Amino acid sequence: MDSIMGTETPGNANHRARPRIATLWLGGCAGCHMSFLDMDERLMDLAPRISLVYGPLVDRKEFPDQVDVVLVEGAVANEDNLHHLQEARKKSRLLVAFGDCAVTGNVTSMRNTQSSAGVVMDRSFVENASLHPGVPRSGGILPRLLDRVIPVHQAVPVDLFLPGCPPSADLIFYLISELLEGRSPDLSDKLKYG
Amino acid sequence: MSVKTLMINGQMVSASEDQTLLDVLRENGIELPTLCHLDGLTPIGACRLCLVELAGSNKLHPACMTRITEGMEVTTHSERLVKYRRMILELLFAERNHFCSICVINGQCDLQQMGYDVGMDHVRFEYQCPAVEVDASHERFIMDHNRCVLCTRCVRVCHEMEGAHTRDVMGRGGSSRIITDLNQLWGKSGSCTGCGKCVQVCPTGALFEKGRSAAEVVKQRDFLVYIKTAREKHLWIQ
Ligand code: SF4
Ligand code: SF4
Ligand code: SF4
Ligand code: FES
Repeated sequence: MDSIMGTETPGNANHRARPRIATLWLGGCAGCHMSFLDMDERLMDLAPRISLVYGPLVDRKEFPDQVDVVLVEGAVANEDNLHHLQEARKKSRLLVAFGDCAVTGNVTSMRNTQSSAGVVMDRSFVENASLHPGVPRSGGILPRLLDRVIPVHQAVPVDLFLPGCPPSADLIFYLISELLEGRSPDLSDKLKYG
Repeated sequence: MSVKTLMINGQMVSASEDQTLLDVLRENGIELPTLCHLDGLTPIGACRLCLVELAGSNKLHPACMTRITEGMEVTTHSERLVKYRRMILELLFAERNHFCSICVINGQCDLQQMGYDVGMDHVRFEYQCPAVEVDASHERFIMDHNRCVLCTRCVRVCHEMEGAHTRDVMGRGGSSRIITDLNQLWGKSGSCTGCGKCVQVCPTGALFEKGRSAAEVVKQRDFLVYIKTAREKHLWIQ
C-alpha cells in the first residue's frame, strides 16, 4: 500500500504537506461519523497532523481533488450515493470502507429481500401512509433508489475494510495513525462485526 | 485400544485409533474452525470448514469425519485450505441475512467468531438476500431462518438426545430449510417437548429464547457431553 504521507509542497522541498483526509456519508446512520468524533482528545492529537478536506463536518460542497484517504460510511442505496462514491474513488488515493454498512450493506440493505425499489417505495409511501399516500415524484428532490443496496466494494475498488457498527473510536484511531506512519494497518486480529 | 502414529504438519503424533482426526488435532493444540461439529453429536461433515489435506489423496477431507490410520500424513493450513476456509465462511454469510449489529447473539456467535478467526474483513460474493421467515409461534423459542447456516446441529440433538425428531431438513440447495414436524409452525408441533436443546446447540442467532435481549443470549453446550457420557456409561441405570 502507498504511504499516505503528504506530497511535497511546491517551493519547499523539505516541508511535507499534511495528508488530506476526507469522509463520505452514504446510506448509513452517521453512527460511524459519531464514532470518529468519539476519538475525543485524540482528535486534538490528529488535528495538526492531517487536513480534513471534505465530509459532513467540513463546509465544502464538491469533493476535492488529490485526497490521500477517504473514509466511506454507509452502503450504496441510491443514485446520489453511487455518483458521490465514484467521484470520491477517482479523486482519492486510498479508499476505506468504513463500518458495517459500507462493508456488508448491513441494516441499509435489509430492504433487499424486497424485489425492487418500487416495492420498497410503495411499502413506505403508500401502504403504510395514513395521510396523503403517494410516492413523491417531483424530479430532482429525492435521489432515485437503486433496486438493490450494495456494499461499497461492489461499486468501486476498496483498499481497506474496517467493519463494525460502528467501528470503535480506538480502531479508527489505530487505522488513521498507522496510515500516518506510512504503515498498512493490520486489522486481522481486531475484527469485529456489529 | 491400539495406538496409531501419524504426521501432522510434519510433526510426529500418536493417538488412539478410535479418535477422529479432529479430536487428535485439538488434543495437539491445532485449531480448525468448525460449525456443524459439536462434541456429543454424530459428526456429519456438513459445513466443510474443518477440511484438511491427506498425503496420497487429491480430495480434501473433513477432519471431523476422518478416522485416523497408521502413517497418515495431514496438512491443516496450506495456502489452499486457508483460502477455501475463508471462501466457505464468506459463502455462509452471503447465503442468508446476517446483520450482526441487530442480531440477538451478536458477540456470542460461533459464526461471527469463525469469521474473525479466518480474518474475514469482507465478503467477496454477492449477498443473496433471500426473503425467509421468522417462526415465533412457539411459546418460548424463536426460529429465525435469516441466521440459519443449515449445520443441522438442532436436527441431530433433537433426534439423538431428546428422541423427539421434531426437526428435519426440507428442500435442496438455496431453498433448504430446517422444518418442524411436517413443515408446520413450531408452536403447532405435536412432537416438540419444549426441552430447548436445539436452542442451546445452535451456533448462530437462528434459534433463541424469547424475551432475552442481545447481551443475555448465552448458549449452554456442556450438557451434551454430560448426557452422552452418562448414557454410554449407564450412569442412570442402577
Ligand atoms: S447469527 Fe452471528 S453472524 Fe449471523 S447476524 Fe447473528 S451474530 Fe452475526
Ligand atoms: S425444543 Fe427439544 S423437542 Fe423441541 S425441537 Fe427443540 S430439541 Fe426438539
Ligand atoms: S437452526 Fe441453528 S442449529 Fe439448526 S441448522 Fe440452523 S444454524 Fe444450525
Ligand atoms: S466441522 Fe467438519 S465439516 Fe463441519
